[in-house]
Amino acid sequence: MLHFMSRRHFIGGLIALPLAATAIPAFALNTETARRLVDALVGDINAVIASGKTGTPMFREFERIFLKFADVPTIARTTLGPVARTASGAQMQAFTKAFAGYVGRKYGSRFQEFIGGQIEVQSARPVKSFYEVKSKALLRGQSPVDLVFLISDRSGKDKFFDMLIEGVSLLKSERTEIGAMLDRRRGNIDQMTADLARAG
Amino acid sequence: MRILIFPVLAVLAACTTPEGAVTRDAVFDPFEQRNREVFNANTELDRLIIGGGASAYGGSVPAPVRRMVGNLADNLDGPGAVVNNVLQGNGEDAIHNGFRFVLNTTLGVGGLFDVASSFGLEERDADFGQTLAVWGAPEGAYLVLPVLGPSTERDAIGKVVDRFLDPLGFAFGERERYYALGVKVAAKVGKRDDFGDTVDDLLYDSADSYAQARILYLQNRRFDVAGGTADDEYFDPYED
Repeated sequence: MLHFMSRRHFIGGLIALPLAATAIPAFALNTETARRLVDALVGDINAVIASGKTGTPMFREFERIFLKFADVPTIARTTLGPVARTASGAQMQAFTKAFAGYVGRKYGSRFQEFIGGQIEVQSARPVKSFYEVKSKALLRGQSPVDLVFLISDRSGKDKFFDMLIEGVSLLKSERTEIGAMLDRRRGNIDQMTADLARAG
Repeated sequence: MRILIFPVLAVLAACTTPEGAVTRDAVFDPFEQRNREVFNANTELDRLIIGGGASAYGGSVPAPVRRMVGNLADNLDGPGAVVNNVLQGNGEDAIHNGFRFVLNTTLGVGGLFDVASSFGLEERDADFGQTLAVWGAPEGAYLVLPVLGPSTERDAIGKVVDRFLDPLGFAFGERERYYALGVKVAAKVGKRDDFGDTVDDLLYDSADSYAQARILYLQNRRFDVAGGTADDEYFDPYED
């Protein structure tokens, strides 16, 4: 079938082909890149656990890790529920910022329980339109804790959008918590955001 | 096998099934009002007795001893887990948990030390609530049990049946049964102490601690029942 191709197409194809082949692992999300992302994430978490930092400096580190590796705007919008559709851009921005600090403090104190332990990445596989990366927190004198990260490139970058500790999803639990906080403040997002900045 | 089939049919009929009555968190909680009352009473109990008692226990009993008490309680659950593994047709876990029990009872000095885990035989819980799930019984409504806390209709029935299925219950005399119960209660108090901050956060700092405890319990329980997988349960925020 070669004679149907012009010489230019053929040569262009020869050049484009290896480029395309190398481009896939560099840009597209796959099992390997999802796993590598969690490797880097877990490396950062382990470094904070090993640093011996506690309290506010440690929570700041976890907030920084969360902002670096997670699709924070999507997670924040999801936990806010239907209210996110009526909120203004400024309100969403303020809430997203408060939410990141809250997650850093709340999950930072959970990870504090892993001090002296080590997180190990176990396996990665595609699920629906995203990737599931399983890992275990190996703790001294205790049964290991299951940690799952869900990775997607739908934000434009490879980021995790949910973390599950022993089957408990950050996304689902925080949607319940943020929903309850909103209910208590009669749906007032500004007041809830102000309180969230201090909660956790 | 026939004696087992009858109660299973009873359970399948007894568990309430949702009919479009699932709330925001994909939770079936038709007894919410009553559950909230029991939950508040349990929280009050935690505040009065267990909360203070756990710190008193944690403060006076050193961590290695608390760990031994925890190991002992886990080992006492071993034979019951093997029975449930068999009922689930899971031969591999039955052998796994059987080996664990033998190793920890002998080399682990009656279960004080979890030597099996250091040989790579990690703990694999099994109970009758899980067995019912394997047999196809629906989860039923969410329940909060007095003192025992969050459960479901299926798991509440499982808890009762587990008491009758426990081989140690037959092997032990009355005195040993009391000792075993004492060890299990002490282990629970120790656990409450080990995860003190997490539990305090949940019970006393959450905007709606009832709803938070419910979503945490159901997710964790479904994960355990499924043997550590939850893919159908993953929430996809990009799906629209």
